Amino acid sequence: MKCLPKILQPLTLSLLSAALFSHQAMAETAYISNEKDNTISIIDLDTLEVTDTLEVGERPRGIIFSHDRSKLYICASDSDTVQVMNLSDHSIIAQLPSGEDPEQFALHPDDRRLYIANEDDALVTVVDTQTHEVLAQIDVGVEPEGMAISPDGKWALSTSETTNMVHWIDTETNQLVDNTLVDQRPRHVEFNKKGDIVWASSEIGGTVSVIDVASRQISHKLTFKIKGIHPDKIQPVGVKLSDDGRYAFIALGPANHVAVVDAKTYEVIDYLLVGRRVWHMDFNADQSRLLTTNGISGDVSVIDVEKMKVIKSIKVGRYPWGVRIKP
Amino acid sequence: MRTLKILLWALTGSLFSLSALANNQEIRIGYIAYHPHQGPVLSNLIPEPEDRGFSGAELGLKDNNTTGRFLKQHYTLLSELAETPEQVNQIAQQWLEDGLRLLITNLPKQELTELNKLATPYGAIIFNAGSYEDELRTEECLSNTLHTIPSRAMLTDALGQWSNARRLKRWLLIKGSEPEDLAYAEALKRSAKRFGLKIVEEKTWSFDTDLRRTAQRELPLFTQTDEYDLVVVADERGDFGEYVMYNTWYPRPVAGTQGLTPVAWHRVVEQWGAAQLQSRFEKNYQRWMNSIDYAAWAAVRTIGEAVTQTKTSDAETLFNFINSDQFQLAAFKGRKLNYRSWSGQLRQPIPLVQPRSLVAQPPLEGFLHPVTDLDTLGFDKPESNCKVSYTVN
Repeated sequence: MKCLPKILQPLTLSLLSAALFSHQAMAETAYISNEKDNTISIIDLDTLEVTDTLEVGERPRGIIFSHDRSKLYICASDSDTVQVMNLSDHSIIAQLPSGEDPEQFALHPDDRRLYIANEDDALVTVVDTQTHEVLAQIDVGVEPEGMAISPDGKWALSTSETTNMVHWIDTETNQLVDNTLVDQRPRHVEFNKKGDIVWASSEIGGTVSVIDVASRQISHKLTFKIKGIHPDKIQPVGVKLSDDGRYAFIALGPANHVAVVDAKTYEVIDYLLVGRRVWHMDFNADQSRLLTTNGISGDVSVIDVEKMKVIKSIKVGRYPWGVRIKP
Repeated sequence: MRTLKILLWALTGSLFSLSALANNQEIRIGYIAYHPHQGPVLSNLIPEPEDRGFSGAELGLKDNNTTGRFLKQHYTLLSELAETPEQVNQIAQQWLEDGLRLLITNLPKQELTELNKLATPYGAIIFNAGSYEDELRTEECLSNTLHTIPSRAMLTDALGQWSNARRLKRWLLIKGSEPEDLAYAEALKRSAKRFGLKIVEEKTWSFDTDLRRTAQRELPLFTQTDEYDLVVVADERGDFGEYVMYNTWYPRPVAGTQGLTPVAWHRVVEQWGAAQLQSRFEKNYQRWMNSIDYAAWAAVRTIGEAVTQTKTSDAETLFNFINSDQFQLAAFKGRKLNYRSWSGQLRQPIPLVQPRSLVAQPPLEGFLHPVTDLDTLGFDKPESNCKVSYTVN
């Protein structure tokens, strides 16, 4: 692969994946990063079973697809690199210079610029996924973690866990231009589809801030209450918004529940019991299923979105963290 | 004309400096420690790092300044290790004269009390990041003072909860004869009572034991009493306690100042993002972060959070905010931390550690409290006579 002329590479890749697709009859697959096993589990969404487990770098956390879903980028935090996996044969084809301890990242709509949060160094590193060059390093707050890029590509957002801010990076200049102070230990940011609203979870604060993108001010703050669970244990981490604008799903960490929120009124509609210490979530293509990674119980919960019910839990590796579903 | 010009210049100058002040807030913090000598001990101690506490405060400062950069705040830290108790007040006096109002200390109770007398008229805030004494949280309440280090009672209550949960209901208590050992033993006895544990016997390890035999040979006989489930040791400086494990008459676990140890912080704490704090610390100081470092770090971070939220460095405003229920600190212990309004004590989970792993982190499930289960550790409101507040007298 490596010795092929550069121009030929994408062609071979697409040929390979085409060959693979014809075999697999288009079943959706979920990729799960297992933080303490240094592996990725693959789940077949038809059978809801683990079909394969792949060795990757140390302490894999954030994972993300390239836009054509031919590649999976993996934050291998303790290997201090972002690995690029070729999804047609699951081989690692490159290691990107990510800066130290990459935890989460976001891919720009241009499919090239990867914005990586370097948790140990209070930096965001911008890497070109084609040339593998570091384009910029931007100083942010202590322990940056959450990363998101606005649908129009204008903003890259990073949350810093100890500084308690959402940092606004202008992607044209790669300069930090503003900060929004949120509650303690912000973990994750997520734009809505339109790109005018951002949801930022604060793990220790126990809240989710809804931020208006135009003013960069908090317009609403969500709190949660579950009977029989101490408020301190309700610790929002992952946030996932449905494309139709109806729902927001908030993973509540050690509360072992996912909150279902009306994304228009910001009211909590329901709490779904999942596995222990729920981290992150992803939808399948038609958004009828939502998968959650449950760190302590080492499994993945499958939520039927229409019925708002957990229909199965699937054992994966130790401390599953990130999840992405490929159509 | 000329005078007018000068006046104008002076006016604009002062206006300018005012706005500069508003734009770039300068916050000065002083960290002072005094390490009294421990006296001769039986075991070959692994020495405590000289920079204990200092490095924790410095790391907290770095964290504050990274945040402060975005808010136009700048924090500076003055650090001094006093050679003598007298020097503590000399150094502090100088700082207070220079206008410093935020003090963090690693001092024994007496020196802390003296410093409190000196600093209160200046309206300074003091963080106790060194003294575990229970009296400071119950009887000898110090105004303007907050405690980031847990009290002994918090430590031993954590152990008591665990012991109860594991059904280790009979304790053999062995203590040294130093005042700290006696205080730790008192705390253990209080915790035993609180969590329904029985002390089958209380013994003092004294130097007049026949030392013609080694401690290893002496201890099995020394611990030959009525049967117990757990040996609890009160030997803070580690004189004989290190030899208790594996040398008890009955093959039973050991806990307290040695063995399974309740602490404010230890390298084995890695959940809840603590791995990040640990690796930041190790990268900067090439050693493990300990309880004294953690208490200093938490104090500096408390100041940082309070300044960020109140947008002022005024001592009175900060103290009242920190000691209110609005304050919250994310401090890598799995939940937000705040201060007990009556005693100024930082509520916090207590890790129970052995040298290479975390065993539990009380409060444990099932130990209930009407307000917060964190108050199942240490002196709760009705048990304390303290009502700390901010004064300038």
